[in-house]
Amino acid sequence: MALVIRAVRALSQLRPSRTRLAAAVGVAALVAGTVAACGNGSSSGGGHSSGGMKDGFTQAPQSSGPLTVWVDSTRMPAAQAYQKAHPDVKLHIVSYDGDANGSNSLQTKVDLYNRTGTGWPDVVWSTQNNELSWAVSAGFAAPLNEGLIPNSTLSNFATGALDPCTVNGKVYCLRNDLAMVVLWYNATLMKQWGYQVPTTWPQYQQLGEEVARQHPGYIVGNAGDTFTPEIYMWASQCQANGITGLRAVSVNVTSPDCTRMASLLDTLIKAGSMSRLGVFNTAFTKSEKGKVLMLPGPAWFGGAVFNTPSGLNTPKGQIAIAPIPQWPGSASPSTGNVGGGTWLLSAHSAHLREAVDFLTWVTTDNGYQADLAPGYPAYAPAATAWLANQAKSGYYASDISAVLQQAAGQVWSGWGYGQFSQEAIWAATVDPGLTAGKSIVSMLPAWQSAIAQHAQADGYQVSQ
Amino acid sequence: MKFAPRAGHAFVAGYLVLLAAFGIVPVGYAIYFAFTSTSNYWAGLSNFTAAARDFRYLPAVEHVGLYLVIWLVALVVFVTGLALVLHQLPARRISRLVRFLYYLPGALAGAASVMVWLFMLDPTVSPAASFLRLLGYGTFGLVIEPGHLAILFAMIAFWTGAGGWIVVMYGALNNIPLDVIDAARIDGSNGWQVARRIQIPMLRKWIVYMVILAFAAGTQLFVEPQLISQASNGVAGRDYSLNQLSYDFAFQNNNVNYAAAISVELLVVSLVVAAVFVTRSRFFDAD
Repeated sequence: MALVIRAVRALSQLRPSRTRLAAAVGVAALVAGTVAACGNGSSSGGGHSSGGMKDGFTQAPQSSGPLTVWVDSTRMPAAQAYQKAHPDVKLHIVSYDGDANGSNSLQTKVDLYNRTGTGWPDVVWSTQNNELSWAVSAGFAAPLNEGLIPNSTLSNFATGALDPCTVNGKVYCLRNDLAMVVLWYNATLMKQWGYQVPTTWPQYQQLGEEVARQHPGYIVGNAGDTFTPEIYMWASQCQANGITGLRAVSVNVTSPDCTRMASLLDTLIKAGSMSRLGVFNTAFTKSEKGKVLMLPGPAWFGGAVFNTPSGLNTPKGQIAIAPIPQWPGSASPSTGNVGGGTWLLSAHSAHLREAVDFLTWVTTDNGYQADLAPGYPAYAPAATAWLANQAKSGYYASDISAVLQQAAGQVWSGWGYGQFSQEAIWAATVDPGLTAGKSIVSMLPAWQSAIAQHAQADGYQVSQ
Repeated sequence: MKFAPRAGHAFVAGYLVLLAAFGIVPVGYAIYFAFTSTSNYWAGLSNFTAAARDFRYLPAVEHVGLYLVIWLVALVVFVTGLALVLHQLPARRISRLVRFLYYLPGALAGAASVMVWLFMLDPTVSPAASFLRLLGYGTFGLVIEPGHLAILFAMIAFWTGAGGWIVVMYGALNNIPLDVIDAARIDGSNGWQVARRIQIPMLRKWIVYMVILAFAAGTQLFVEPQLISQASNGVAGRDYSLNQLSYDFAFQNNNVNYAAAISVELLVVSLVVAAVFVTRSRFFDAD
């Protein structure tokens, strides 16, 4: 099923035929010319302001009409819930891949709309936290803290939650959820086998090796996702994505902070208790169902991997979480972060009032964030309600609030949000070698140069 | 009959409008972009050299080159071979059925036919899963490992595109006068000799025609790697071909000029190859 969804998403990304890129660009230009010619004389709809400089940016003439929102399949319930709560709003919901895995589809489309001068969605969801690296300079993302959204709302987001949304003091997006990494584990199995939940990485490795010997087939983690570096390498404070300026990045992935984690992964992969598959891979769901003892992963793993019929579908009362293990001797606890995407509002929107209402509702209202959202809400009041709901559902073996709240403040800040996609780079550079049986340690130099090359292609100064 | 020339012009005019809108104007536009800088100044060849210096450029050239060799050889050998076999089939009914079967995959629109292969190649859902496992490919990741890609894309392209050419070749074989073949048979030629000495030489122009079009299409490889890349979450097929690199330049690195430079290169290469084939094969000579 996952493959079908992925494939359909993939199909929707493609141009219909093998036309030359030149043709595509050319047609876009023709359309742009036509639209520009038509657009100059058109007037705005009645009853609304005529646009101009307001709320910190130049606004388009406002008009009535349906509000276009783009969401991925996981966020579809958010748009649907808004529609249900606001039956008189005309909503045009478009499903797209959510820019997942660094697919870059959002930027591609916005670039085209920038050329044609029309077509932008009013509000768009992205699974990525790095959209502002292009969306601000492309003139797409509207500033939100200059009048569109009151500070009383913005200040209720968790500390640091809006960091990926902030450029030079202006907030250009709203964070959907926090995706700090924790250690998911099966409490029932741990108890049955008499294991202690590890608190340090060496303990974790030791337990992984023990599991491989005593309970072959069971796993303590997986290393086959595009976001694997954001779980393990980020938590290990590996200098892979040190964004030090607007166009500057510092990369050093052969340092001990990286090699210690890489060799831990290599050891467990070799032992057999670390899966080489991704959690959304059909093969993973098929072979690991009921075989997951531990799984380091972000806050949204609970809803998106364990407690879902399309995932591992683990029965009620078994899954619990613990803080991610730490390296002995590290100054302060640190963890990674996987997405926890963002909502952007188009600066070109002709329906700003409605768009702001939608954006505010999906990110702050309990109707979505507390009751339906699979991940830990970035908006603090909604997070409290969400945690209460999780406790009420009785799905987890023990209360998950304390661990999540604590982890939310421990995401290592040395991993930034650049324009190049760390997920795409890891997928293309490390994943094929992993499948072919190479060790991660041996691929670190290749990873290093791939990050540097992609960063340079995007115009970054790279210090290595 | 009196209106025939005018009707002819009307038909051609429709084509010319489309050719201009989707062929000539975009090519002109791409050439303009390829020789100007982002601020619209004359840039000489700097876009070409800068694009060629990108770290993804040479690997993409190698990928496309390898893919073209595999695909064009397979296309020429198998299309000609299968068309000859088809032509020898004694029963008309079977021949008609087989022609239909050959053509069937071509009836699926471009990307949809590649989609079919995503399912074929993933052992968890593939009808050929046991065969894939027999070869030692238990997961999708093992099937699409980097060394396999050129062959996989050639297989996909052959499956989607060869059927139409087999039907075309079959038609061409039917145009070879029977008396030539009969004469050869009377002289004692067997089936192989007829094919080798008469049919294949007389098919030459059709084969050249096929190679020219297939070469132009092959250098523009895009849908196959892009779909595999999307389906594998970027593990395989990202920045694989020149057209993908051009796409990334335009939409990820925000550089339409580099993108256009690569498009123009592909156009020039295709034109040169077509010119060589046309002149060397005396394509336009009357028989």
